[in-house]
Amino acid sequence: MVARLDSPRDAVLAILDGVMDPEVPVLSVRELGIVRDVFVGDDGAVTVTVTPTYSGCPAIRVIEHDIIAAIEAGGFARVSVQTTYAPAWTTDWIAPEAREKLKAYGIAPPSPSLDSGGLVQLMRARPSAQCPYCSSYETEVRSEFGSTACKAVCWCRACLQPFEEFKAI
Amino acid sequence: MTSPSVVPAPAEAPNALFEFLLRLGDDRLVLGSRLSEWCGHGPILEEDIALSNVSLDLLGQATMFLRLAGEVEGKGRDEDALAYWREVVDFRNCLLVELPKGDFGFTVVRQFLFDVHSVVLMDALSRSSNAEIAAIAAKSLKEVKYHVRHSGDWMLKLGDGTHESHRRAQKAVDDLWRFTPELFAADDIDRAMLAAGVAPDLSALKDQWLSLVRDVCERATLTTPHALPQPSVIRGGRTGAHTEHLGHMLAEFQIVARSHPGATW
Repeated sequence: MVARLDSPRDAVLAILDGVMDPEVPVLSVRELGIVRDVFVGDDGAVTVTVTPTYSGCPAIRVIEHDIIAAIEAGGFARVSVQTTYAPAWTTDWIAPEAREKLKAYGIAPPSPSLDSGGLVQLMRARPSAQCPYCSSYETEVRSEFGSTACKAVCWCRACLQPFEEFKAI
Repeated sequence: MTSPSVVPAPAEAPNALFEFLLRLGDDRLVLGSRLSEWCGHGPILEEDIALSNVSLDLLGQATMFLRLAGEVEGKGRDEDALAYWREVVDFRNCLLVELPKGDFGFTVVRQFLFDVHSVVLMDALSRSSNAEIAAIAAKSLKEVKYHVRHSGDWMLKLGDGTHESHRRAQKAVDDLWRFTPELFAADDIDRAMLAAGVAPDLSALKDQWLSLVRDVCERATLTTPHALPQPSVIRGGRTGAHTEHLGHMLAEFQIVARSHPGATW
């Protein structure tokens, strides 16, 4: 049996491709990896399962609202969003095309979230971020915490440009 | 159908899981609130933002634990009801986190002691028999690893920095050390959680914590006392006996919700 391409679930997924993250508006909620599942019941009720990037991310309520509004506008009457915490969100779910979009937007994409070593690792040991403006690796981290929970603040020694980096978690 | 009984119902046994979740949630709620007091007052802009970010993560973790606590209790209280409508004697946080923020050295040392506790605890809880706690802990662990790197880096900078920064960091270690045994003082709740496979053995956690804390303090040229003091005097947060500081903090924290019940925006 071949699944119909225009199944209600596919239609919902296509709608979600157009729902952008409010803080990183070049990535859709699907590209960011926060949409974990979509279920459309026989009665047409839509349930979207999302996972937060950071537990205190203030954008999550806006994202839930945007998801519901977009799917309702797409002709689905009953839409609900539920939250899951497992598996925990990781930047490894951001696909290569999405990483290119981040870079073009001026945000260095996350490095692989190598979860090695002990629980307490002082001084950042991993390779420096690549400057999204001049592509130099001659960069330094100014602060592990930036304008949003998901970003660090970096500085490029080659082009003297400050930039943000998506933190790998 | 039975006739109404004149015998009073037996007193409800304390819900150990509910109490345990309150402790986890309240530690993070109270410390997150304390850290937010730095917003606009950080020594440098980057630090102002960093402390606010850590605060936000802690409030997010508190939200997850308190929401689950409300579900376990089953009386219809959500995380906001638990945060804004409990009295000070109903809070279950340890005393360490409620102390006023002090100077930057005090804030850094307190944060470091707590962050190391948080990484070892969340690491252990990510293997909890309770799947919901395990999921929250696994998520929190990713965040607190960033926190402890931040506070740990500052321990090195302050401890092994100038004469003045070393003096203040050492004073904070000396002042705060006596509040740490409470983190590892197991009571009936902890024993019930250990027996159920929900929580780890606190004495094993203490050894792990002590070794990690000592390692960083040594590198920071800071002296730690040889042993943790007996937890006989400075404790009580887990049963609602708090310092005078918590009530003042909660007054400010809760006043908007209590002045405008049910307000939305």
